[in-house]
Amino acid sequence: MKPEMTATPRLAAGVRLNEKSQQPRMLLMPERALRLNGPSLEIVQLCDGKHTVQQIAEKLQAVYAKAEPQRITDDLVGYLELLHKERAVDF
Amino acid sequence: MTTITTPLALVAELTHRCPLHCVYCSNPLELAKREQELPTQTWVRVFVEAAKNGVLQVDLTGGEPLARTDIVELVHAARQAGLYVSLITSGLPLDEAKLAALVEAGLDHFQLSLQGATEQTAREISNSTSHPQKLRVLRWLKKHRVGITLNFVIHRQNIQELDDMLAIVEEHQPGCVEFASVQYYGWGLANRDALLPTRAQLDSCVQTLKEAEERLKGKTRVVFVVPDYYAKYPKPCVGGWGRKLMLVTPDGHVLPCHAASVIPGLHFDSVREKSLQEIWENSEAFRKFRGEDWMQEPCKSCDRRQLDFGGCRCQALLLAGDAAATDPVCSLAPTRPKVDAMLMAINSHRPDQREPLQFIYRPNP
Repeated sequence: MKPEMTATPRLAAGVRLNEKSQQPRMLLMPERALRLNGPSLEIVQLCDGKHTVQQIAEKLQAVYAKAEPQRITDDLVGYLELLHKERAVDF
Repeated sequence: MTTITTPLALVAELTHRCPLHCVYCSNPLELAKREQELPTQTWVRVFVEAAKNGVLQVDLTGGEPLARTDIVELVHAARQAGLYVSLITSGLPLDEAKLAALVEAGLDHFQLSLQGATEQTAREISNSTSHPQKLRVLRWLKKHRVGITLNFVIHRQNIQELDDMLAIVEEHQPGCVEFASVQYYGWGLANRDALLPTRAQLDSCVQTLKEAEERLKGKTRVVFVVPDYYAKYPKPCVGGWGRKLMLVTPDGHVLPCHAASVIPGLHFDSVREKSLQEIWENSEAFRKFRGEDWMQEPCKSCDRRQLDFGGCRCQALLLAGDAAATDPVCSLAPTRPKVDAMLMAINSHRPDQREPLQFIYRPNP
C-alpha cells in the first residue's frame, strides 16, 4: 500500500533504531534487522508520526539538492511502501 | 581458512522450568534443574559481552522465562546492554502488573505461543490448562506499545484448526504470526509418529496460508516454517553452524543450536569459565562444523552448500547416525529413502481416522 502525501508514517510497535553509539545503524524488529545508510537512515529517523510524507520529501530534497525532486519523492514513497509491507512502519 | 562472522542473535534459555508439558518441546530430554541455573549476575555479564561482540538481538526463552523471579531485571539488563529484547513465552505466569513492568524495563517484543485454536486441543498438546490465559494476555497486550508475534506450532493434531487460528490472528492483529511446523528433535522426535502431518494436510495448509498472507498484507506478517521432511532441500539450520546464532543453556553451556547436545563427543564450554567471545571464536563445538571443511559428498561439491550449509547437523546425526552427513531430508542425500519411508507410513493412514493419542509429555524439572 502506498502512503498518501499527507500521511504521517511512524515506526510500528516493536520496531526501533539501535543507539547512536552503535555502528552500523540498524532498524531492529522482531527476528530481523535492517541495515540503514544514507537516505534510508534519514527517512527512518523522520518516521515519528509527526512529519508528513510531503515534509519528509522536502527535507530529503534539501539534503540531496542535485537529485531530481520527483525522483526523490518516488523513491521515498517506494521505500515507505516496502517498510509498510514488512510491518516496520504504520501510516 | 574459515572466516568467523559476528553472531547476530543470542538465544538465552533462562530456565527449563515450564508450566506447560508440550509434546514437541525443543528442550533436551535431560532437563536442567533449578539449582543448576545461572544466577542473575552471570546472565547480565553474558548480555553485556554479547552486545560488545556484535549481537543485535536476544531471545529470552526457556522453558518458561517468566518462571525466573528476576525476569524484569534481566529484561532491563539486556536492554541496557544495547540488545533488542524478545520474550518467548507461554504467557502463563503473568498478570497485568508484571506485563507493565516488563514493558517499562525495555521489552521490545513479546512472542506468545499458542498450542491450538481451542481449549481442548491446547490441553491435549500441553497437558495443562492454558488457552484462556493466553486470550487474556492478548487483551492486556493491547494496552502496551510492544512488538507482538503469535506463534502457533502446527502438526497433524492441530493443523485442521488453521482457520480458527487465523480468526484469532485477525481479531488481535499482531505484527507477525508464525505457523511453525514441529521440528523433530527432543520431545518432538519422541512424539514424531503422532505429529508428522500428512501430505494432504500440508497442501491444504499451504493454500490457506497463501490466501491469509494476501488478506493480512500490511496488518500482520505471516511466516510459515515448513515441515522439512517434506522439503526438497534442507533448511539452512540456524543460518549455518557458528555463523549467526549462539545459545546459552540454563546452566551456562554455549551451544551453536537448540539440539546440539545430541551430538556425541562435542564439548560445550560454559560462560561460567570463559567469555562469550572466546567461546564463539575458539570453542571446539563452534569450530567443528563451521565453514565447509567438515563436509562430505554430495554437500562438498554441491552448488547449494552456501545456501543451506548442508542442512542440520543434529538431524543428520539423528536420522543418518553421522553428524557430518548430508541432512537426510535433502533430496540429494544418500539417506533420503529413510525419510521417504516415514512419509509413506504416515500418508498410508486413512485420512478420516483419528488415532488414539499416545503422547510422551515433557516433565517440569
